[in-house]
Amino acid sequence: MRNIFILVRKEFLQIFRNRQLLPFMTVLPVIQVILLTFAANYEIKNLRLGIWDLDQSTSAQQLIHKFTGAKFFQEKALISNQKKADELLMKDEVDLVLVIPKDFEKAIHSSNNPAIQFQINALNNAKAGIVQNYASAITQDFLNEKRGNSTLLASPKIIPITNYWYNPTLNYKTIMLPGIVAEVMTLIIILICALNVVREREIGTIEQLNVTPLKKHEFILGKLIPFWVIGHFIFWAGIALGKIFFNIPMVGSLGLLELFLAIFLFVPLGIGLFISTAVETQQQALFTSFFFIILFILMCGLFTPVETMPDWAQYINQLNPLKYFVEVNRLILLKGSGLKEIYPFIAKMIIYGIGINLLAIWRFKKTN
Amino acid sequence: MEPVVKVENLSKKFGEFIATNAISFEVNKGEIFGFLGANGAGKTTAMRMLSGLLTPSSGQAFVAGFDVATQAELVKKNIGYMSQKFSLYEDLTIQENIEFYGGIYGLSRQEIKDRSKGIVDKFQLASVKNKLVKTIPLGWKQKLAFALALIHKPKVVFLDEPTGGVDPITRRQFWDLIYEAANDGVTIFITTHYMDEAEYCDRVSIMVDGLIKALGTPSELKKSFDVDSMDAVFQLLARGTANK
Ligand SMILES: Nc1ncnc2c1ncn2[C@@H]1O[C@H](COP(=O)(O)OP(=O)(O)OP(=O)(O)O)[C@@H](O)[C@H]1O
Ligand SMILES: [Mg+2]
Repeated sequence: MRNIFILVRKEFLQIFRNRQLLPFMTVLPVIQVILLTFAANYEIKNLRLGIWDLDQSTSAQQLIHKFTGAKFFQEKALISNQKKADELLMKDEVDLVLVIPKDFEKAIHSSNNPAIQFQINALNNAKAGIVQNYASAITQDFLNEKRGNSTLLASPKIIPITNYWYNPTLNYKTIMLPGIVAEVMTLIIILICALNVVREREIGTIEQLNVTPLKKHEFILGKLIPFWVIGHFIFWAGIALGKIFFNIPMVGSLGLLELFLAIFLFVPLGIGLFISTAVETQQQALFTSFFFIILFILMCGLFTPVETMPDWAQYINQLNPLKYFVEVNRLILLKGSGLKEIYPFIAKMIIYGIGINLLAIWRFKKTN
Repeated sequence: MEPVVKVENLSKKFGEFIATNAISFEVNKGEIFGFLGANGAGKTTAMRMLSGLLTPSSGQAFVAGFDVATQAELVKKNIGYMSQKFSLYEDLTIQENIEFYGGIYGLSRQEIKDRSKGIVDKFQLASVKNKLVKTIPLGWKQKLAFALALIHKPKVVFLDEPTGGVDPITRRQFWDLIYEAANDGVTIFITTHYMDEAEYCDRVSIMVDGLIKALGTPSELKKSFDVDSMDAVFQLLARGTANK
């Protein structure tokens, strides 16, 4: 225990003295979060809306209003049959056809769910996903309002939001930001962990420690603990910035997010440690780390939907720690999921963390 | 008296290559043992086996009474080691390095305090003890590394080319420290490429291609090769022109 404390203390002394590392860990994440968040702005306005209103009721009108009133949709065409709808979608003249069913108003005032249909132009995959989310959100909002106000129902039934998060301001930045924070943090942790261990080997201090009675596991914990702490710092600083500047939603429990983070961090740490045992120089460590980091980022679901990847890619992607974090972020922060929904992710991270660290420690013992 | 270092047919193979080939020797308490050899002769390899850093391929070695192959942890408690690229943390201060290594060797807070005061006084480091190691001259770094290798009062200290790259005066000062430690009963095991330093040793061995080709006091060796300097002995052996 004392040895680990001594190592951790030494590590922090070095970190706070490192003129390259410190800005890398503090300024860089801030810049990256802000830049990426703006760059990855998927907010799409003036989506073209086709309306196929089979109900012609007041409620139907109100719903259409709700769509066109929010500045995201613009009424483009009134449609009266499927053929027309198909044609407009095929010709890329509308982004969404909103089909309001015949008994829409009746359904609202009963306990049934009205069978509203979205026919979405999926020419652009990412855009289609957003359209779907916007449309669902608006409809959900409409239904909640309607039923909340309704005097007809004694106890208005709350419809659970199942598939889609709800982003009240419909601001895409707020959805991206937590994911980007997680991504930047993971990147930094893998990189500094790998570089740091390789550096100690290059300058020979690992060998020096190897002739002391210090145990290998103490050395490794002495490395992991400081970076584990730093990972926390980067993540929560990023989330705090997001809250202050972009007012990102925080629907669920931050304690639960912290629990996930605390476990998750051992995965990038293990990966960094593993890389350090597989390379000779700091430069190799840098390139190897980047290779994995770029893969992780591209496939994490932040920039392209995971569901649309080919099977083999999804298979490989099971090993992408970021994929899990991005998903958990969404679930907790945007949807408010509880431990029950997050538990499978935590379990996976525990297995992944133990696996990768055992592998790294085994390699470490062989090479150092 | 039981020798502090006892080596019997110790070998190390890297694949097919034999870096250290069945070497045998003994070193006594308080002795300064010079371990000479040309580049690549296998000195560092042998030293790493004796420090518990490398497992021997065959043969046996006992350091401070412990088997290096099976009791490496006990060996490590009883030795100091200063590697070829002696390894201080350059981005820590002198004081922090002392505290760090003292702590790792399990010294109590009070012991660390006392010994760091001892080191600082002895080397007159009071004015620079809070400076980063990277800012102090090489000669000082070497002395500090030596002091740190002794911080836990080991029975044997292994020094791998401790004086590379500094001027003769600084080297001479370093040897004063070595003598002082040897007088305190610490066994010194040292490799060097400087033949003047070989003359300062109580006994030397000369390694060529993994084998020990000569072993004895400097005067014995000079006498048996019929030359008047260790340098000449070394030239004869290392160049393979000796016929003994
Ligand atoms: N891990 C290793 N794997 C393969 N070969 C090695 C390894 N370590 C050392 N060698 C080889 O063993 C030989 C002896 O190396 P060693 O470092 O012991 O020599 P040395 O006597 O210390 O030389 P120098 O005076 O240059 O320090 C060299 O040829 C070296 O290339
Ligand atoms: Mg050597």
